[in-house]
Amino acid sequence: MTILVIAEHDNAQLKPVTLNTLSAAEAIGGDIHLLVAGHNCQVVADEAARVTAVSKVLLADNTAYEHQLAENISALIVSIAANYSHILASSTTTAKNYLPRVAALLDVNQISDISAVVSADTFERPIYAGNAVATVQSSDKVKVITVRGTAFDAVVADGNSAEIAVVAEACDAGVSCFISEELAVSDRPELTAASVVVSGGRGMGNGENFDLLYSVADKLGAAVGASRAAVDAGFVPNDMQVGQTGKMVAPELYIAVGISGAIQHLAGMKDSKVIVAINKDEEAPIFQVADYGLVADLFDAVPELEQKI
Amino acid sequence: MKVLVAVKRVIDYNVKARVKADNSDVDLANVKMALNPFCEIAIEEAVRLKEAGTADEVVVVSVGSKSCDEQIRTALALGCDRGIRIDTPDSPDSLSVAKLLAKVVEQETPGLVVLGKQAIDSDNNQTGQMLAALLNRPQGTFASAVNISEDKVQVTREIDGGLQTVELAMPAIVTTDLRLNEPRYASLPNIMKAKRKPLTVITPDELGVTVGSNISLLRVDPPAERQAGVKVSSVDELVEKLRNEAKVI
Repeated sequence: MTILVIAEHDNAQLKPVTLNTLSAAEAIGGDIHLLVAGHNCQVVADEAARVTAVSKVLLADNTAYEHQLAENISALIVSIAANYSHILASSTTTAKNYLPRVAALLDVNQISDISAVVSADTFERPIYAGNAVATVQSSDKVKVITVRGTAFDAVVADGNSAEIAVVAEACDAGVSCFISEELAVSDRPELTAASVVVSGGRGMGNGENFDLLYSVADKLGAAVGASRAAVDAGFVPNDMQVGQTGKMVAPELYIAVGISGAIQHLAGMKDSKVIVAINKDEEAPIFQVADYGLVADLFDAVPELEQKI
Repeated sequence: MKVLVAVKRVIDYNVKARVKADNSDVDLANVKMALNPFCEIAIEEAVRLKEAGTADEVVVVSVGSKSCDEQIRTALALGCDRGIRIDTPDSPDSLSVAKLLAKVVEQETPGLVVLGKQAIDSDNNQTGQMLAALLNRPQGTFASAVNISEDKVQVTREIDGGLQTVELAMPAIVTTDLRLNEPRYASLPNIMKAKRKPLTVITPDELGVTVGSNISLLRVDPPAERQAGVKVSSVDELVEKLRNEAKVI
């Protein structure tokens, strides 16, 4: 049994979530190949070869793969799929884009966003915004799976020297092209990988007030997130949204500020180890999941918190 | 140009799903059902394309039992011109839905197919991508802006790092994210008018598709419950607890 894991990267660095996905592959058991598809991404393949758990790195380096366009990446994966019992990728917007395409082309279903491996063909996955956990079994010839990174520990990133094999296939469907990208630039840790997350909701009032959270975050080495309400209101960009359809986070400490706690938001953060809620409405549902709740006006409490930590 | 919108009937987004006592599934008996929120955004986008003169007809499709007619009628009240229901038991898997939709797309030949990026019940986020694959057409998923010019569509996508814009040759498949638009409400006159709009029912047999799945649902469990913790009375107490009790700062 050989498992293909697709690396998440930006042509310069392997994204840490790949290490979590590799851990899910280890739990399934078998030889693990890691595909690095991109352009001018040899450095990523070199990094991938050092990761424990990987027995072989496949490097597909072509302009067609530079921006991870789903039409091209899916064709590439399908071209090498025959060798594998499982194909795994992380539940990121990149893989959520191309992997269902792979599944359909292979005439199999995709098992989305697994949170546990029960056996090689049986998996757990959250459904209904995490209000239920389904155990599903697949009899498909190849299991195509996306993995919720926060549900699996990372494998060790160093100490291996796996073989790197080149995949020469240049799959360019020619029906889509990349135009532009606006990426958030931040010195803070990445939201899904941060050990502390400070999030703001509608209660923040406007985008400028998020500065209060940035100050606290910088003292704690934290990432800053937001509820859907704050993103919809235009306070902060979409890449900060935590929730059912945004990012899933499970940090050591999650501080929810001015967030009421809709079930869609809870779905994205309730696996955090310690949850703190600061809200002036003591009836807010966020307090039902918070380990420590502070009923207070955030505009008093947050600056004071920043002073005292 | 014709636009095709595919929609799903799901649990209302305000309702918290409960697991059945025998752990066989989620209990949907007597639960309020509604259009999937992302599908509402898809309908709105299609209707706006018609209002802008870019589209001349909007066809709405849903897959499921007769109860889905309610959601198709809602879509018609929101401005879609006619409806198609593919008659299946409720909740076929994504691949079957994509195969059924692909057949309808082949018959209807729309220039654009718009779907929600994800249904809030199964949380799969697959059907649009699978449909695009089966049709061998490009996809613009998680769209926050859609701009059509002649035979191309530019889609701005919400991605983990920010926003990405891609250009797709049409026909293309677009799946909607939250910021694409703000769906309207159906007016009473439009709800009345929708009752007279055509709604065709077709079977998977007529489309030549066998609905089945290699995925079996073994059991469903409630998630590990989080106990509500304590209320602290001051920032000092909070900092003290985080330092000495939780030891996270």
